[in-house]
Amino acid sequence: MSTLPTNSSGSADAVSASAGAATSETVANGTTPRKKRGIPEGLWLRCPSCRNAIFRKDADKRSKICPECGYHFYVSAPERLEQILDSGTFEEWDANLLPTDPLSFADKKAYADRLKAEQKRTKMTDACVTGGGMIRARRVAIGITDSAFIMGSMGSVVGERLARMIERAGEQNLPLIIVSGSGGGARMHEGILSLMQMAKVSAALARYHSKGGLFISVLTNPTMGGVAASFASLGDVIFAEPEALIGFAGPRTVKATIRLELPEGFQTSEFLLEHGFIDRIVPREGLKSEIARVIDYCGK
Amino acid sequence: MDALPPGLAFEEPIIELEEQIRQLESADDAQSGKNVTKIRKLRKELADKTKEVYDNLSPWEMVQVARHKNRPHTPDYLSLCFEEFMELHGDRRFGDDRAILTGFAKIGAHKVMAIGHDKGKTYQERTACSFGCAHPEGYRKALLKMKMAEKYQIPIICFIDTPGAYPGIGAEERGISQAIAENLFEMSQVKTPIICVVIGEGGSGGAIGIGVGDRVAMLQNSYYSVISPEGCAGILWKSHKYAEQAAGALKFTADELLKFGVIDHIIEEPLGGAHRDPHLAANRLRNFFLEELKALGQVPLEQLLEERYEKFRKIGVFLEQAGESQNG
Repeated sequence: MSTLPTNSSGSADAVSASAGAATSETVANGTTPRKKRGIPEGLWLRCPSCRNAIFRKDADKRSKICPECGYHFYVSAPERLEQILDSGTFEEWDANLLPTDPLSFADKKAYADRLKAEQKRTKMTDACVTGGGMIRARRVAIGITDSAFIMGSMGSVVGERLARMIERAGEQNLPLIIVSGSGGGARMHEGILSLMQMAKVSAALARYHSKGGLFISVLTNPTMGGVAASFASLGDVIFAEPEALIGFAGPRTVKATIRLELPEGFQTSEFLLEHGFIDRIVPREGLKSEIARVIDYCGK
Repeated sequence: MDALPPGLAFEEPIIELEEQIRQLESADDAQSGKNVTKIRKLRKELADKTKEVYDNLSPWEMVQVARHKNRPHTPDYLSLCFEEFMELHGDRRFGDDRAILTGFAKIGAHKVMAIGHDKGKTYQERTACSFGCAHPEGYRKALLKMKMAEKYQIPIICFIDTPGAYPGIGAEERGISQAIAENLFEMSQVKTPIICVVIGEGGSGGAIGIGVGDRVAMLQNSYYSVISPEGCAGILWKSHKYAEQAAGALKFTADELLKFGVIDHIIEEPLGGAHRDPHLAANRLRNFFLEELKALGQVPLEQLLEERYEKFRKIGVFLEQAGESQNG
């Protein structure tokens, strides 16, 4: 999913083609290539950032952070829940919502088959998990989008689970946490329905907000396209893990449009912090405690 | 006759007939109508041919119509649908994005806030407005004017016509994601009626950034998609060349969107597309606005907002398995 269109025809077409690609594409960083997510099995693993061989247990002990350079490895939704919530407090909501294939979409592979394959591979039913749990004995609503499932992209199920969770958080006056990991943005395979989930989830957040709810948005590598351009950017407080790729248009699309080298660190957490779009960069090990502190400050 | 862009080959027989008629007509000027019967026959043939071609447009061909260089753009409709338009510039933060126009307008007995993408016609215009790809300041300008409309209880009309939001360094630096997200968030609660209509290209986030409304309509030959067919082909087929297949797979035509419950209404275009008769297209658009303004004006505000929420809330297709949920 990382090959991007480049268009060498007239400038108008180049803009239209690559601009259109903006929301849904997924990309490796144009300047510093990003590595495949997932840690290979085995005792040792290679850090894609510092290239050191790392004893797996050392990284695991540090919430999957490279002990040498601080690189944040991919973590799955279940692992993330374990890291953030008090042990054994998670109860999943809306697990009974399952994706279908409303467009009968097929590219090289039929979407229906892709779904089955992804479900089997990731053991998830779709790209997000939502539910209730405790953080330092405070009850919260929490949603995680997992970039392993069709690039963490948002289709109908992701949108519906998030919207239901937000509504429930509003009814029960719970603080709300969404950890985003989505290179895919709005899911192409469900077409316009995916695009509309952006409006649906944002509208649910607007209602939650007007009830005084506290929403903490955590951005992880990568958070792009339609996910970045909806709920992920709407937190009362927005955290990002270090060096995550965060942006709207994929770096290759931007590069193809402007035909210039991208600046160093373009669309990283640090870039967003510098430009004023996130509150704090929070290394993973500190995430739980910082979330707890914000909830405490806001009296939730 | 100019050479047709590759995707518009289906228009060839239509343009040929149009040309024949034009030639006969100009010959007739001098010779007092001796070709009248012939012209009448050709006109009939033209109408039939146009209908045949346009009734059978493939999704990819529809994209070409939506992008047609002569297709009416927002400024055309601003002057053809409204009695007057008073442009209001600027987002009060960074600049004035020419890719989105905003301002007061009058239509019948109504005052409205008109907002719409502009793609430009001449090369200079097209460059000035980035081919209709808005930067964050465009979305922020739109929101600012919507807030103003809310304050003075003026309904809002949005014309959507963009390939997508601008993919550039400045757009990212100034928070294009945040700007679109904020519009989705705010538009869901703006306390005045909002009517949105896709008049050409409804390009993903850039389109929905001014696309949350009480009524969402599309002109018959426009498209509204999560991603451009080229973009989709590039990612899923790994090559641009499959844009036509992607166009079919994405199900982004007005008919499909009506079926999915994403839009409420399709506005029929003049025979052969809006570019063949912009006045008629504008007239139909105007009638649609007048009807909807009247209808929405009678809905109490609280109900309006509730219905707007529900309208988007219920969009999505999924399977809900019984008896397995443990909802807290």
